[in-house]
Amino acid sequence: MSKNYGVSERGYYGQFGGAFIPEMLYPNVEELREKYVQIIEEPEFQEELHLLLRDYVGRPTPLYHAKRLSERYNTKIYLKREDLNHTGAHKINNTVGQILMAKRLGKKRIIAETGAGQHGVATATVCALAGLECIVYMGKIDTERQKPNVEKMKLLGATVVPVTSGSQTLKDATNEAIRDWINNPVDTHYIIGSVVGPHPYPDMVARFQAIISEEIRNQLLEKEGRELPDYVVACVGGGSNAAGAFYHFLDEESVKLVAVEAAGLGVDSGHSAATSVLGKTGIIHGSKTLLMQTEDGQITEPYSISAGLDYPGVGPLHAHLAQSGRAQFIAITDADAMEALRELSRLEGIIPAIESSHALAALKEINAGPEDVVVLNLSGRGDKDLNTILTYFEQQDAQQ
Amino acid sequence: MPNNRLTQLFREKTGNLLNVYFTAGYPKLEDTVTILEELEASGADLVEIGMPFSDPLADGPTIQASNMVALDNGMSLKVLLKQLEGVREKVTLPIILMGYLNPVMQYGFERFCEDAARVGVDGLILPDLPFAEYEEEYKPILEKHGLSLIFLITPQTSDTRIRQIDNLTNSFIYMVSSASTTGSQVQTNDAQQAYFSRVRNLGLKNPLLIGFGISDKNSFELACQTAHGAIIGSAFIKALQNAAEVRENVRSFLKSIKSEPTVQA
Ligand SMILES: Cc1ncc(COP(=O)(O)O)c(C=O)c1O
Repeated sequence: MSKNYGVSERGYYGQFGGAFIPEMLYPNVEELREKYVQIIEEPEFQEELHLLLRDYVGRPTPLYHAKRLSERYNTKIYLKREDLNHTGAHKINNTVGQILMAKRLGKKRIIAETGAGQHGVATATVCALAGLECIVYMGKIDTERQKPNVEKMKLLGATVVPVTSGSQTLKDATNEAIRDWINNPVDTHYIIGSVVGPHPYPDMVARFQAIISEEIRNQLLEKEGRELPDYVVACVGGGSNAAGAFYHFLDEESVKLVAVEAAGLGVDSGHSAATSVLGKTGIIHGSKTLLMQTEDGQITEPYSISAGLDYPGVGPLHAHLAQSGRAQFIAITDADAMEALRELSRLEGIIPAIESSHALAALKEINAGPEDVVVLNLSGRGDKDLNTILTYFEQQDAQQ
Repeated sequence: MPNNRLTQLFREKTGNLLNVYFTAGYPKLEDTVTILEELEASGADLVEIGMPFSDPLADGPTIQASNMVALDNGMSLKVLLKQLEGVREKVTLPIILMGYLNPVMQYGFERFCEDAARVGVDGLILPDLPFAEYEEEYKPILEKHGLSLIFLITPQTSDTRIRQIDNLTNSFIYMVSSASTTGSQVQTNDAQQAYFSRVRNLGLKNPLLIGFGISDKNSFELACQTAHGAIIGSAFIKALQNAAEVRENVRSFLKSIKSEPTVQA
């Protein structure tokens, strides 16, 4: 674990993190806190996890030298192909780990929240694999926006509960999953989908995603004769794919870490999800972190064309990386992300997820030189976004 | 140890304590003080005023909905504390403010305690403030302003932890009746009885009030046989939705709870 940016005994990254939870959740979270490190470090757990990651998820994912993209930006760009994972994104690294954790804890019932549906699908998938009951909470508005993922979850045997409270999106789905956990304190495990929530979730999820940077180091050594790139670039919703891509580089100060948030229609437009710019320190879903809120401390609804980046907070590790300056935070608009999505599709024959396209669009902002090695975490594939992509470009064409 | 209306109440009355929860700014923005006056006149022993929050994750649908309405009505901590100015000329019952930590943090924790104490608030319930943080960071501030902090316990809370909470507390312990969010229908069963007697047998220094799922005269009286009193929230919020004028709604609900003399616990 990182010396300088690892989690403290009490669950803090600098001043961020902790477990701000009502007593009703305490036994569940405490049980996990007491046991998670020990379970993860058991050799049998590691063996089972790695076997699944290899044979079921399809790891290691390739580190692909994108030549035409590199030419375009006059630097050397490697894409970490998390889009090639089973179910199409990095999300499954975490759900495979957590389902094994849930089994070790003797849990019989799995709950999860989902926004775009990627984490919901990844959770439903591992529940099918493990033969455990799966209930996914999803904002009602999101169930309508992301119908194919709802159908996939159902096909996989999960129950999808449309959430009608609050603003009916990801933050409310998370509230509802937490309420479910309060009401089912004994037999249920909550598989949270990012490096958010009360301690130990941010650390546990980061550990399960850390496989990304572990592989990057090995693969770079093979391809470049050095383990350390000059840049690692990743998009940040809650922050799990970025946490995984940064993990084994956190203490390597020569590696520039670039975290890319969604600016939506523009950081100052009132329709944005750029938490590190717009957020203030507060409490969301049991964690003290940066979050978007009103002056009165009411949590506000973010906006991004990408449902996976549409979260009003950011994980406490990232709040710490932003505040300490360890990572550079860049905000990318809908328009720039969509342009980058089309660019990668045409230059490399890879259709990225809209989330990952935000990271791609940041390539023009980082000024990497021809001698630099840039690793960009391509967190997911664009299949799930096809409707959004088509609608977006149709509207754009109509306006011209 | 604070000496406020809460600690005084528990010295004077040891059974059948009726604690009523309502959301500030619900049903109408200006109802707060009216409801307080009517609750006191109708025999509530203490009150919890809910400070509405956009994301009340320990609350069930009824209280969630009242939070949304209250926020739409324009309720905020600033507005609430302004409404409570001068309230001590109108009511004497202990007042607790209950809500989530984030709005309080944004107001400024110390400034909030200072302003709350000044208008006559006696205690706070902040369910998502962990007690380790409370001990380290917040306790001196609350004590300085004479405010009590009330903690929750649930059937899953261990004996050791209950004792720790008892040591930190100086008013009462909020005994959540079952593993649930607010407003759930609670069935009394063996497991619950075992929990109640387990806690009773710990011989705690603080009185116990049972909350969550207390909805009518029957469940109130049952709770009072086990504990020093009980807390009614969601059922009261529902009563406020009745067509009658707000004072009348408060009066008839409390009458339904307290209609006949209750058995001494
Ligand atoms: C492909 C993809 N990338 C990124 C994200 C954002 O999540 P995180 O910041 O936790 O990686 C999501 C979330 O749904 C996603 O599906």
